[in-house]
This record gives sequence, C-alpha cells and structure tokens, in this order.
Amino acid sequence: MSVETERSSTESSAASSLDFEDTALTLRLPGSVSEPDRKRASSDADADAEDADQSTLATTAASSDAPPAPKARVVGWPPVRSFRKNALADVAGSSKAAAKFVKVAVDGAPYLRKVDLEAYAGYDQLLRALQDKFFSHFTIRKFADDEMKLVDAVNGTEYVPTYEDKDGDWMLVGDVPWKMFVETCQRLRLMKSSEAVNLAPRAAQ
Amino acid sequence: MTYFPEEVVEHIFSFLPAQRDRNTVSLVCKVWYEIERLSRRSVFVGNCYAVRAERVALRFPNVRALTVKGKPHFADFNLVPPDWGGYAGPWIEAAARGCVGLEELRMKRMVVSDESLELLSRSFPRFRALVLISCEGFSTDGLAAIASHCKLLSELDLQENEVEDRGPRWLSCFPDSCTSLVSLNFACIKGEVNAGSLERLVSRSPNLRSLRLNRSVSVDTLAKILMRTPNLEDLGTGNLTDDFQTESYFRLTSALEKCKMLRSLSGFWDASPVCLSFIYPLCAQLTGLNLSYAPTLDASDLTKMISRCVKLQRLWVLDCISDKGLQVVASSCKDLQELRVFPSDFYVAGYSAVTEEGLVAISLGCPKLNSLLYFCHQMTNAALITVAKNCPNFTRFRLCILEPGKPDVMTNQPLDEGFGAIVRECKGLRRLSISGLLTDKVFMYIGKYAKQLEMLSIAFAGDSDKGMMHVMNGCKNLRKLEIRDSPFGDAALLGNVAKYETMRSLWMSSCNVTLKGCQVLASKMPMLNIEVINEWDGSNEMEENHGELPKVEKLYVYRTTAGARDDAPNFVKIL
Repeated sequence: MSVETERSSTESSAASSLDFEDTALTLRLPGSVSEPDRKRASSDADADAEDADQSTLATTAASSDAPPAPKARVVGWPPVRSFRKNALADVAGSSKAAAKFVKVAVDGAPYLRKVDLEAYAGYDQLLRALQDKFFSHFTIRKFADDEMKLVDAVNGTEYVPTYEDKDGDWMLVGDVPWKMFVETCQRLRLMKSSEAVNLAPRAAQ
Repeated sequence: MTYFPEEVVEHIFSFLPAQRDRNTVSLVCKVWYEIERLSRRSVFVGNCYAVRAERVALRFPNVRALTVKGKPHFADFNLVPPDWGGYAGPWIEAAARGCVGLEELRMKRMVVSDESLELLSRSFPRFRALVLISCEGFSTDGLAAIASHCKLLSELDLQENEVEDRGPRWLSCFPDSCTSLVSLNFACIKGEVNAGSLERLVSRSPNLRSLRLNRSVSVDTLAKILMRTPNLEDLGTGNLTDDFQTESYFRLTSALEKCKMLRSLSGFWDASPVCLSFIYPLCAQLTGLNLSYAPTLDASDLTKMISRCVKLQRLWVLDCISDKGLQVVASSCKDLQELRVFPSDFYVAGYSAVTEEGLVAISLGCPKLNSLLYFCHQMTNAALITVAKNCPNFTRFRLCILEPGKPDVMTNQPLDEGFGAIVRECKGLRRLSISGLLTDKVFMYIGKYAKQLEMLSIAFAGDSDKGMMHVMNGCKNLRKLEIRDSPFGDAALLGNVAKYETMRSLWMSSCNVTLKGCQVLASKMPMLNIEVINEWDGSNEMEENHGELPKVEKLYVYRTTAGARDDAPNFVKIL
C-alpha cells in the first residue's frame, strides 16, 4: 500500500464519514483533486495567519473559499508526524469503524478472510490486494464492459467479485462509485462465474 | 605536548568522547589533526548536504559509528516536498569505499534505497547496528539483505519509517547462526511477519534486551515469545486485541511475571482493556510507557494502568487521557521527567480533550519534569506562568495549541507573557516550540532569556520583522530555527547574516521573504546554500501578489563546505 493511498483515505475520512465527492458532478478528471486541493490548503494557511492579527475578519475570510473546516486543512498542522497520522488512521479504520472491515468468502474455499476497505482508494487496488495478499494464484481479467473477474490460474475457474449491500442484496462489485461501495458493502464473496449469471448490475432496482 | 609520541597523544585523545572536543582538538595543529582524524571512531553529520560524503570518508577512514541526518525537521509534517532529496546512497557508497571498519550506521529523515541496504549488508564485515529513524525509500527486501548478510548484527532499530512491505520473508532471512541480536525494532512495518520465524529468532538471541513488534503480531505469538525472553528490558507489544486463545492468557501472565527486568513498554496496537490487566503486575517496575498508538483505550483504562506505574519517568499518551486523567498521572508518577500528549483526532479542527488544567496539574505533581510535548485545546498565560514556576528544569518545551493563533482563553490576550515566563524561569531550555496568539513581544523575551536555546519552532506568530530579529540577535546558542506562516520578511532574513554560519539551518515557509532577499543573502554569504523551494510555477502567485515581489514559498538555508548539491530536483533552486 503506498503512502499516497493512505493519505487520500485519511483525508476523505476527515471531511465527513459520508463524503460522496466522487459522485458529485465536476469538470475535472476523477481523482485529479490533489493539485487544487493543496493550493487551497496553503491559502487557508495565509488566512489563518491574518485571523491571528485581526480576528474580526475571520468570518469574511472563511466565507471566501468555503471549505467546511478550513483550519483542519492547513498542510502540516497540527505538527504531528505523518507516520503517526497514518498509523492512527489505520487503527481508527480497523477498530473504531468496524463496518469497514468486511469478510471475504471464496466459493469452494473452506476459509474466510478479512479486508479493510478503508485501506484502498478504489476497485483496482482492492482487487489487486485480494490477489496479492490472499489469493496469489488468481489473476485479474478485465472485460470490455468494465466487468472484472478473478481467474484461478490453476484450474481456470472464473470468479466474479460480488458484495452484499446494506439491504442484503448481492450486487456486482464495481456497480457504484467506490466510496458509496465502501459505505454499503457488508461482505464480499468471490462467486463462481457459472453461478453468478443471474446477477446483473443493479439487479435489485 | 608535541614532544609526546603520537601513540601517547592518541591515547590522551581517547579520553575525549565528545564530538565537539574532538573537533576543537583537530584545529590545534597539523599533527593533532592527523592523529585525531585517524583515531576518530564516531562521526556525526547533522546535515547531509553540509559536507560531501567522500570528504568525510577520506578524513575519517577508521570510523566505526556514523550518524547522518537528511531532510529538515519540518519534513515530518509534510512541509518538505517528496523527492526533495536527502539520499543515503552517496553516504553508504563513500563508506563502502573508504571505511570498511564501519560497525554502526544511524540515519534520520533520509531516503534509503534497497540497493543501498544491499550494498551496506555486503560492504562491512563487522557491521552490527543499523538505526533508521523517519526514513523512507526502502522495502522489506532491503531488510532481508541486512538480515541475511550482517552476521554480527546486534541492533536493527526501525523507528517510524515508511517501509514498503513485500511480504514476511525478510524476518526469516536471519541465518541460524545469528545469535547476537540485542535490540530488534520493527514496529513500523505494516505487513505480517511469520510467527514461527520470529519465535525461532528470539529463542536463539539470548542477549535480546529490546524487542518492539509490529501490529501484526498476535497475543498468542507474544505469549510464546515472552516465555523465551526473561531478560527483556524494553518491549513493544504487537496487537493486544482480546481475540486470543485461552491458553495464551495463562502463558502471558506467567511469562510476564518472569520479566523482572522489563522497564519500558510500547505498542498496544488495537489494545483491548482486557489485555491491560496482563500488564498490571508489571506496572510498578516500569520507567517508560508509550500508549500513544492506542486510541482504543479511554481515560479510565489509561488511568487504571498509569496509576500503578509509580516509578514512571517517561510517558507518551493520547489526549483521550483528558485533564482528569492527567491529574491521576500527577498524583501517581512523582518521578516523571518526560511527558508527551498527542492528539487523537487531527481532523476535528482545533479540538483536544486536554487543556491548561491538565498541564498545571502535571507541573504541580511532577517537579522533575524536564521534557514536554503537549497538544492541547486551549492555554492561558496564568497556567504557563504557574508551570514555569513549578518546573524550572525544562530543557524541552513544545506546546501546540491546536487552533492556530488562539489567544489566552481567560483574558483573550496574546500568550506572550506565558511563554516569556517559560524562557525566563527555565534557564536550561534547549528546545522550544510556541503556538497560540503571539506578538513580537514573545520573541523579545526569547531573545533576552533563552540563552541555551538550540532549536526554536515558530508557527503563525509575530507581527513584524522585529520578532525574528530579537531571536537572531539574542539567542546565542541557536542552531536550528524553523518558521512557518509568520510575517517575517527580507529585513528579518538579512538582519544578522553572520548568524547563519553559527547555525545548522533556517527554514521559512509561507512567510514574507522574497526572491530578491534570498539573492542578497546569497551574495553576502557564499558559504551558505540557499534553497528556494517552489512546488508550483509562478503563474498563480502573480495574481495573488498584485505586482509585489513574488514571495518565496519555502526557504531552506544552511552552511556547507560542499557547495550547491547536484541532486536537487527542478522545484529547488539553489542560490
């Protein structure tokens, strides 16, 4: 897991627990938030310095650029080592918000594994993690319609990643934006392709 | 003295362990310089760009212990861009060429590649100690090389590094012949380790005194390990969830009972309050306790434990402990010398569960306190004045009020008088970090009283160039000055340029310094490297500054004998 991933996952948990930034309509490429974000953070820093001098201006300064909690976004403040921040974010991700830890079942396998969804930034990373950490003999195969399958290299069986959402419906992994998936996913199941034929995207709706 | 044979002079020098004395001695004459350089065993380089690695290796060919520090301190808080520099490679290569007797290497805030670790592991036949603190750039593969090839390794200490995890293989690379480990710390490694390998390694290390495990190590494994390490003095636990086998409970309690030498505990990842009860019988013998990675423990869990630690000297804890909990600390831990209280939540703007009340309580109860790092919600001048009176022995005082520029909450005044009292009363103060609403007055106090101050961190403080000038002109022993988001400009930067030759470094980010000012400094002081760091090009800044001279986003100034470095990335301009 890269540093960059962790940073983005901690930032997202910062803003609010249910931050559908990815679902919002924007004119920029998805995921291209880092540059404007950093820029904004540094001008917030300036605003804070001015606040210190003229506290009466605080309200006008805050309304100009309007991120919800400007002070939380000053880069490098509070001065806590990023290592510590990441480590504590990991702890929080696993033990406080228990819903982010989900069980993974594989059809035919006698064991369950757990993954922390908050540790990943998107579907690609999740699948790669499932492949790397748990099922090293699987390969990821992508299809033209964005459908993803894991293929057991040993016996050629294809698995489709599915998940149970909050309503108890089994859905195909990848049918909603990542953050919404993280919020709603209750457990994962790698279903044998042959058994997943009736699971169309958004079958429940 | 010159009539003594060189061996005698060298023997006399051997009674001078301090780097500073060795440096002084080497300046006396050419003969002494030669004797000193050939007999120097330990070299400390506080800034990897202040001197060339080859030069150091050439001068001290018989060095045994080398310490090198890389990035500026503010890199800890993401203020130094990635790829800025601080590469370990040239140092390890130079040592491999010229100092094959190297036994110990310590590095802080450096970028260490796997290739460098590989080279290190094969170049020094007597190598025995590797300490990496806040480093990055390597993976567990590099550690595997160290484990495989450093046959005499006694210390592998990995503190808060960003290590890329490539699986648990590295720990099983210690050969069966490796029985010399005294200290092993891999708490910062994220991935799993093989419990069997760990157990075997520990059981063939009879001299092991310090062991810090990572979060992947379970209570079951910990219980088995501790049976084999009755001489342990320092333990970093793995995870302490309550998800363990019943037999581990009995095993752990009986093993811990036998650890009579244990003095220091850390780890406590995901700690369940249930597991703390294992620790209770040990508490009375502990002098060091780090609970700062355990947000799962609340104030009552923490105080139940800490109140038993009557000999505690060093306590690191999260602010979940609350003011009330700190009162318990104050009444229980009479020998406390170092306290760090970290924030548990960085994202709720400016909120922490501890305030001036907790700090005052500590200062009343723990008169031996000399080192403090305290992240708090609010502060008052009255509290700081009381603290200064109660604990005049502070050598390190770092106070962070989470909300930048927050005034005294009782009077709404700046906190100048409070910090003024700290520098006035604590004559031995060497390190100071200030926060809250502060005017130039606080810098006047610092310049006037903080005569021993070596490192000062300033954020969101001051109101004019005069503030910084007070510090530059007053603090005679100042070595490192780091400033962010404060209104100090060219006049302050250029007010006392000779000072920079006596200092290790100056960092200024988001201040009012301009490129012109930096250029003037460069022309006046050729021995300085003046690094102007602009991460994005100037197009946006022009709009913001409306015709004024563009401000320098980040400035890093340090003295050097090496000239401009050749590994600087595009966004770093060296004047």
